[in-house]
Amino acid sequence: MLKAILVRIERRDGPDAPKRWEEFSVPYTKNANVISVLMEIQRNPVTTAGKRVPPPVWDQACLEEVCGSCTMNVNGKVRQACSALIDQLEQPITLQPMKKFPLVRDLSVDRQMMFDSLKRVRAWIPIDGTYDLGPGPRIAPEDQEINYVLSTCMTCGCCLEVCPQVSESTRFIGAAAISQVRLFNNHPTGKMNASERLHALMLPGGINDCGKAANCVKACPKGIPLTSSIAEMARETTRQALRDFLRRDERKSGSGPG
Amino acid sequence: MAERYIVVGGGLAGLMTVIKLAEAGKNVDVFSIVPVKRSHSVCAQGGINGAVNTKGEGDHPDIHLYDTIRGADFLVEQPPVKGMCYTAPAIIYLFDRMGVPFNRTSEGLLDFRRFGGTLHHRTAFAGASTGQQLLYALDEQVRRYETEGLVRKFEYWEYLSFVKDEQGACRGIVAVDLRNMEIQAFAADAVCLATGGPGIVYGRSTNSTINTGSANGRTYMDGAVYANAEFIQVHPTAIPGQDKHRLMSESARGEGGRVWVPRKKGDHRDPRMIPEAERWYFLEEKYPKYGNLVPRDVASREIVHVVRDLGMGVEGEEAVYLDVSHIPADVLDRKLGGIMEIYEKFVGVDPRHMPMKIFPAVHYSMGGLWVDYEADANNDMVKDSPRQQSTSVPGLYAAGECDYAYHGANRLGANSLLSCIYAGMIAGPAMISYAKNAAPKKGDVSQGLVGGARQKWVERFDSIYKMGGTENPFVIGRDMGELMQRVSTVVKHNPELDQAIQQIRGMKERWKAANVLDTGRTLNQSAAYVNQLWNMLELAELILVCGRMRDECRGSHYKPEFDLPQPKTKDPRQDPEWMEAWRRRNEKWLKFTTARWSEGRPQVTFEPIQSLKNPILKPEPRWYA
Repeated sequence: MLKAILVRIERRDGPDAPKRWEEFSVPYTKNANVISVLMEIQRNPVTTAGKRVPPPVWDQACLEEVCGSCTMNVNGKVRQACSALIDQLEQPITLQPMKKFPLVRDLSVDRQMMFDSLKRVRAWIPIDGTYDLGPGPRIAPEDQEINYVLSTCMTCGCCLEVCPQVSESTRFIGAAAISQVRLFNNHPTGKMNASERLHALMLPGGINDCGKAANCVKACPKGIPLTSSIAEMARETTRQALRDFLRRDERKSGSGPG
Repeated sequence: MAERYIVVGGGLAGLMTVIKLAEAGKNVDVFSIVPVKRSHSVCAQGGINGAVNTKGEGDHPDIHLYDTIRGADFLVEQPPVKGMCYTAPAIIYLFDRMGVPFNRTSEGLLDFRRFGGTLHHRTAFAGASTGQQLLYALDEQVRRYETEGLVRKFEYWEYLSFVKDEQGACRGIVAVDLRNMEIQAFAADAVCLATGGPGIVYGRSTNSTINTGSANGRTYMDGAVYANAEFIQVHPTAIPGQDKHRLMSESARGEGGRVWVPRKKGDHRDPRMIPEAERWYFLEEKYPKYGNLVPRDVASREIVHVVRDLGMGVEGEEAVYLDVSHIPADVLDRKLGGIMEIYEKFVGVDPRHMPMKIFPAVHYSMGGLWVDYEADANNDMVKDSPRQQSTSVPGLYAAGECDYAYHGANRLGANSLLSCIYAGMIAGPAMISYAKNAAPKKGDVSQGLVGGARQKWVERFDSIYKMGGTENPFVIGRDMGELMQRVSTVVKHNPELDQAIQQIRGMKERWKAANVLDTGRTLNQSAAYVNQLWNMLELAELILVCGRMRDECRGSHYKPEFDLPQPKTKDPRQDPEWMEAWRRRNEKWLKFTTARWSEGRPQVTFEPIQSLKNPILKPEPRWYA
């Protein structure tokens, strides 16, 4: 049995600060995961070189893979640190921040752009109000099952991190937001505004920027069928473009006299 | 000048409050230490209660109400619970309209399952991640208001305190931007705290690591009344872990899961090889009516008894089996998929084929900031009354797990999502009513008042950055958690509580000798933690002191020394001697434990329950056997 757990952490005090690697060793415990190791380092923040350093900084909350906070690169693979069990990892374990998002400090990054994308694609059902208006539409169990899976997206960013089309120079919106369009357009009420969301996907940085590398679907910790979502939304945006073309004339003829 | 409202916390209660304010056209600032979509509500698994009665069982909001009051062992004001239970079906329908993928029947209607403390199918659910799905629905609606310019989000900001004017009213908040550690004060006409529970006071719990209770602790120190602090729910079924204990939802039992241990002590056989006759289904045996779905306090006590007193934990460990392996795997995937995955991922064993090993873990605080209510003679909540959800501080509201109002001595499963949403629904309109009549308005608040409040916190953080002592704050936090776990969970004893109070006070001294570990000004989590830790120590002391003072057994609060004897009849109501003892106990203890912070110590008094003068349900023995 291993007596110690060895971890190497890529650290930076801020986006403009120099990068450095620090190595820590903590006693082995059964059922340890990357978070419990980081917590142990907090309680004794001394590197293997004997240097006392500020504890590493990282994001965390639920620790059961439903909030998406603790996403980072563990041994070069993007995932949630809470479900990265030490017994299943090769040592020394390397921890690095996600690379596709602006760094805040150490392992913490700013994923605001993902939430902004949800605004862009209008990822909500525009309800009339929170008053008592009775039940929603009936939904077949099969549709519910599809929508439930799509709705488990926790905006963690794994799909963007592994996407070759996402970089500082491109503005690709990424698989998560595209899949959310599918979710809302698949709902009987959400459908009423389907074209708005599809139009958002047809803008620069939208669905046409997908390079079909299909890395996203492999990286998604929730098993969301992201490539099916992209394929389906690609078809829908094509249809929408056609509808837009046909309706151009409708709108002209409907614009009244004069 | 238009009024401005502040909501602190972006879980279900906070976001529902935000939506009610924005829907009325008000400007709202919402502060959250994490992006609101990552709030702790995502951890709620099993479902949300509402007596929609789709299974021909004759369920009704009144029965939901009675179940909840009995579950709480009557330690609640009844009108707010009535309001909640009567609004519950409309709340479920509202979320249905928002697009929550609730599980469906073959006819396409909402499906309902059973949960603890009731005999009805009353729990709507979205797989086993209902809280996540409900929160996402509100997150989406709030994002819609954000694009319309009504809502501003301050994410990665931590609440430090409220701004108190000369009359003791709340005029805004002070908060720190964790990304650059800058401290700012914000004036507001009304503020709502929706900052969740204090699970991290217990170190490892089922809670998210952000559930420090720090905001509640500070607000109590700043003068708000705190109530029922000692009532902490220990959930019967969780996976023990190094970093946290992971919840295994009550819905596992709601869908037919069974709790058992081998009848033979020290039986080390593979559980699948142990025949039915050699398994002890102790909950089903002792509570034939409710079986595995007795309320959580009862189930946790029985499990701890079987493991610690009888020494019958499985494989000699602190664990019992939670078994769903008799349920078809496709049903488990459809109805409990989320928790099946959690067990598989974190334990490495497939619960569809192997009984899970579980043990109770700290889960929820029934106690919290005391809040007022206003009801009419029918015990119906008065619509838009400024008193609803208002704390003892004028202009300061509380909603969600951080309030004390809905669950008394024990919360029923699937009632927490409901109480968060309901509290938010009535808090928003109450804040608007308050602001309409309050004087002075936000615009009249002096810059001196707001600036002074900010300056106090700038100085406090400056002193924290200078802390260069020998104590590691995270070690103090761990010690606090271990102490609280040991003395203040399922079984409590006065001598231990006395000693623990002294130990917590010792930890406060250690805090003064702490080292901040990090002097940076970018996301300095250590400095933030040092500040939170003091507030947590205050809450820990409060929980212990209140627990020490309540010499009885009620719901989650169990002191065997003060338990009533077993009644001589199966139905205790037929044992007059027992009934007399029960009546005397209620006379003394059926009261709220209310606490104010004064000179560094909790000042505790026991206050009568107002609505018992005209109760909806008269107190009766709480009996599930």
